[in-house]
Amino acid sequence: MHGFRTLFFKEVLRFWKVSFQTVLAPLVSTLLYLLVFAQVMADHAEIYPGVSYAAFLIPGLVMMSMLQNAFANSSSSLVQSKVTGNIVFVLLAPLSPGEFYGAYVLASMVRGVLVGLVVFLAAWAFVEIPVREPLWAVVFGLLATILSGTLGVLAGIWAEKFDQMAVWQNFVILPLTFLSGAFYTLHSLPSFWAGLSRFNPFFYAIDGFRYGFLGNGDVSPWQSLLIVGGTCFALSWTTLALLRKGWRLRT
Amino acid sequence: MVPAIEIRGADKHYGSLHALKAVDLTVDSGDFFALLGPNGAGKTTLINLLSGLSRPDGGILKVMGHDVVRDYLQARRNLGVVPQELVFDPFFTVRETLKIQSGYFGLRKNDEWIDDLLHNLQLSDKAEANMRALSGGMKRRVLIAQALVHRPPVIVLDEPTAGVDVALRQSLWKFIQRLNREGHTILLTTHYLEEAETLCRRVAILRQGQIVADDTTENLLQSSASGKLEDVFVALMQDEDELAEP
Repeated sequence: MHGFRTLFFKEVLRFWKVSFQTVLAPLVSTLLYLLVFAQVMADHAEIYPGVSYAAFLIPGLVMMSMLQNAFANSSSSLVQSKVTGNIVFVLLAPLSPGEFYGAYVLASMVRGVLVGLVVFLAAWAFVEIPVREPLWAVVFGLLATILSGTLGVLAGIWAEKFDQMAVWQNFVILPLTFLSGAFYTLHSLPSFWAGLSRFNPFFYAIDGFRYGFLGNGDVSPWQSLLIVGGTCFALSWTTLALLRKGWRLRT
Repeated sequence: MVPAIEIRGADKHYGSLHALKAVDLTVDSGDFFALLGPNGAGKTTLINLLSGLSRPDGGILKVMGHDVVRDYLQARRNLGVVPQELVFDPFFTVRETLKIQSGYFGLRKNDEWIDDLLHNLQLSDKAEANMRALSGGMKRRVLIAQALVHRPPVIVLDEPTAGVDVALRQSLWKFIQRLNREGHTILLTTHYLEEAETLCRRVAILRQGQIVADDTTENLLQSSASGKLEDVFVALMQDEDELAEP
């Protein structure tokens, strides 16, 4: 158990040592999104009655930054360790696949939640955001960072060089987060895209998270919980099975 | 007494390359053992199988009686490996690196031993330096400290003195000999045959994935007219060249 705690602590310390890059940079880019989109869309019709576009947008942006940063933490740590070779120190240690998985995902959750919290507090200073169902926001915040952190572990153990990781970031994570309803509701999309979005687990994470703030969403939070929770379970199970086999880590 | 390392029929393929061919090897507890062979003979592959970095295709490998596949947690607790590649984590200082490595092995308070290691490896003044700021030789010594941080009964050193200057090499060997006297089993691979000749009580030589010699250093030296390990080694490799000819 102490080995798990140490690996978790090491992973947190790793991102904290470069917090300008891992916490402050996402804060700046997310606030820029808020500034630009909230200004451009300010005169558009309210999406939900009594809710400004900025108040609608903020939970989506917070969740988007949580998803992206949770993924970045585990994936970048693993791919860097593999490329530089220092993954060997973790592989030589008496750590079970469960401890390995748990430590990387938990550290991803810490970074994701920390970035989300910082973005939320910064946005809160400028825009009044209701918090109507906080428990749902907490549940989806935690589940989404597990989901994204697990995807990061999967990508990290698969990728053997940085350009392979760029494939994940640019062709998987970026489209999934941008086409997830962070900036719009499902009802505003043409039916094809709305239908496609229903296969995106990040859409349910954002919709459920937003429900926690606005008390309104495109789908029921219970449906979102089922889909996000189920995806988390399936991905975690797959990742653990691959780690037990030593897939792409132990030759 | 349980052997420190017990290998029976270890087999490993990498694609079409048959890297290890049913290797048998026993290293007694407390021994100072050299595993020699030319580049590509399978030394690192064998070490990787022992340490769990690679998985065997066949055979059984045990460290202090613990199967490296079925009882991998105990096997790894009993083993300290100095990898051949000069790898390090650029995010941390030397002391942080050693504390983290201690933590992986379940050791919370290990400062006294870490200080002892730093002193013996002449790294005390670099304890708070970032790993990136160290020279190649210093990084090599940190790797050695990382392998020893949990005081493993079995220590595997894969080319530990590559890139280390003569003076430091001597002080390093004195320290390793001290560990051996204190009861640690040492398995060493090196291309400096005089090191193996001077330090090791027993020598095994690998050639193309097979053990071609496994005896006490004394017996091997007696088998050569010159009494030098280098000549024993060269003679065995010449046999290989003859075998390779059509």
